[in-house]
Amino acid sequence: MATMFSKIWDRHLVTERDDGNVLLYIDRHLVHEVTSPQAFEGLVLAGRSVRRTGAMLAVQDHNVPTTPDRSTRIDDRESREQIRTLRENALGAGITLFDIDDPRQGIVHIIGPESGLAQPGITIVCGDSHTGTLGAFGAIAFGIGTSEVEHVLATQTLWQRKPLQMRVVVSGALAPFVTPKDIILAVIAKIGAAGGTGHAVEFAGDTIRRMSMEGRMTICNMTIEAGARFGLIAPDEVTYAYVKGRPLAPGPEHEAAAIAYWEGLPSDPGAGWDREEALSADALEPHVTWGTSPQDALPVGGRVPDPEAQPDPKERARMLRALEYMGLAAGTKLTDIPVDKVFIGSCTNGRIEDLRAAAQVARGKRVAKGVTALVVPGSGLVRKQAEAEGLDRVFLEAGFEWRLPGCSMCLGMNPDKLKAGERCASTSNRNFEGRQGPGGRTHLMSPQMAAAAAVTGRIADVREVAR
Amino acid sequence: MREKFVSITTVGVPLDRGNVDTDAIIPARYLKTVKRTGLGEGLFFAWRYDADGSARADFPLNRPEYRGGRALVAGENFGCGSSREHAVWALMDFGFRAVVAPSYSDIFRNNCLKNGMLPVALKAPEVRVLMDALLAAPGSEIAIDLPEQSVTGPGGISCRFEIDPFAKSCLLEGRDEIALTLTYGAEIARYERERKQVTPWLFRDVPE
Ligand code: SF4
Repeated sequence: MATMFSKIWDRHLVTERDDGNVLLYIDRHLVHEVTSPQAFEGLVLAGRSVRRTGAMLAVQDHNVPTTPDRSTRIDDRESREQIRTLRENALGAGITLFDIDDPRQGIVHIIGPESGLAQPGITIVCGDSHTGTLGAFGAIAFGIGTSEVEHVLATQTLWQRKPLQMRVVVSGALAPFVTPKDIILAVIAKIGAAGGTGHAVEFAGDTIRRMSMEGRMTICNMTIEAGARFGLIAPDEVTYAYVKGRPLAPGPEHEAAAIAYWEGLPSDPGAGWDREEALSADALEPHVTWGTSPQDALPVGGRVPDPEAQPDPKERARMLRALEYMGLAAGTKLTDIPVDKVFIGSCTNGRIEDLRAAAQVARGKRVAKGVTALVVPGSGLVRKQAEAEGLDRVFLEAGFEWRLPGCSMCLGMNPDKLKAGERCASTSNRNFEGRQGPGGRTHLMSPQMAAAAAVTGRIADVREVAR
Repeated sequence: MREKFVSITTVGVPLDRGNVDTDAIIPARYLKTVKRTGLGEGLFFAWRYDADGSARADFPLNRPEYRGGRALVAGENFGCGSSREHAVWALMDFGFRAVVAPSYSDIFRNNCLKNGMLPVALKAPEVRVLMDALLAAPGSEIAIDLPEQSVTGPGGISCRFEIDPFAKSCLLEGRDEIALTLTYGAEIARYERERKQVTPWLFRDVPE
């Protein structure tokens, strides 16, 4: 009668203390250039070494420009320094690195699954809050800080306390142009940006079971925006098929044993949950955010809410501040909000299925005058696949820019950023103040919705644009 | 490496906002450093400074009454969002040693503990009272005592807080957690041996 989380947790206990802290074994560790330099430095200063280099994979993603000249030219001195530091640290420790010009380079949460590192039943960490993405494989995947990165490098373990268990059951059929992104935005709007704090959240239900791995990853990716460090989905045939044949897959010699092991992972029917939530997918509409927290999501047919109608003074003050930052007036129809930039990409929606969906909307249309629209594949492999399918031509013919992989405009850390006051339709995961650049304004939505915004020049209902 | 935390008596700095995310605490452009130090200059940058770079006089960190305060008092879900430990390093570089709030994001709380910074979780109404007192009488001091697990402040406020005993002892001793874990080397090695029997495919090295 255990949850999947508990089963995986129990199989990774190295030792337990009386006070409830356990030493958890970490199977896999992903590393990127931003949150690792101080960890490697700490290791060196203490005269320690990396315990299991073969368990790790490093990649450059946050700082890298997405323009073609990037392997020879990075203008920002500090970015160059951080990229160089990871290169040296990986080389020095013997850790595999997908460097800036590696055909497999991409966003850390996208290259992990692509390389077969993400598998059911494992523990996997990265110094990055969106590591929960990989829980979509039926794994304990979570983001850690740099001190914890150093701890994993040195010991292949972490001290942890077991989180509470939440289950979100999603049932029903998604209407056309309604996506996993809309499901997770609706869940966050429902439980709030701190609703999942202290919990591991398992997503279940027939809607999830019918979903591709890409869609499942989108959902688990944004679980952190509800405050939960862990999102999980039980593995099934869809998962096994995704893992099969990848470089780190169990391979023919272990495949039968692995599948037998994986089949024992899903939560038992009688498992106890600390909290349960349900969402119906049947009537779900495309969602978009209006404010500066991912919980500020509404169906696209809605209007910017009125803070004066909010009885809680604290929440009212928060909404007022959000509207001021966003430059929006209460009561404005969401579809009347013009956009300057469109960003299709990120670890939330930078996978092949996302690009296909956006291309479907963009095909035969033109990016609206005055709008700059970026399509940034999540990895080199996604980019290659998209080009093989001709998606790059669809985008280029429609007036989108077709970029090299990286975090790009998801966060203001590389040349792709918003200027103060610019408004962006974005498929990323955070609409915090300044997230896409100081003073930038972010509206989160699905790739289809972002493509619709690009061709209309405003937030638009993709169901009308695509009709 | 880690600093100890025992107790402090210091000016309390009120930041009356909930859901303060780590992008607000330290914007991404400051994450390009390969060091832990010097991040204080970017702390709350967008809130501390106008677009033209001048300090906003009304932001608490800029007000003379709160100068030198080492305890930040804030709203619920403090430190949500990105896992960047730079948020803690920036707070510490600026001079903070403790935060008092109703709740924290899980990763931020862990990051505090690893650096000898104390995240005090009080009940929301207690934080409200403390916040209002600090706003009403700027420059008032609060005392945070870890062994006693207590916070006392202006107007006779006195409350207790809970903290994980392991975290508490690590803070009090300034313990090097990695050194502690390395004493379990034999257990880790045994776990790996046994695990290799059950799930050998997880021990394949990441190829070049
Ligand atoms: S795409 Fe955005 S959220 Fe994802 S890892 Fe990169 S910066 Fe973080």
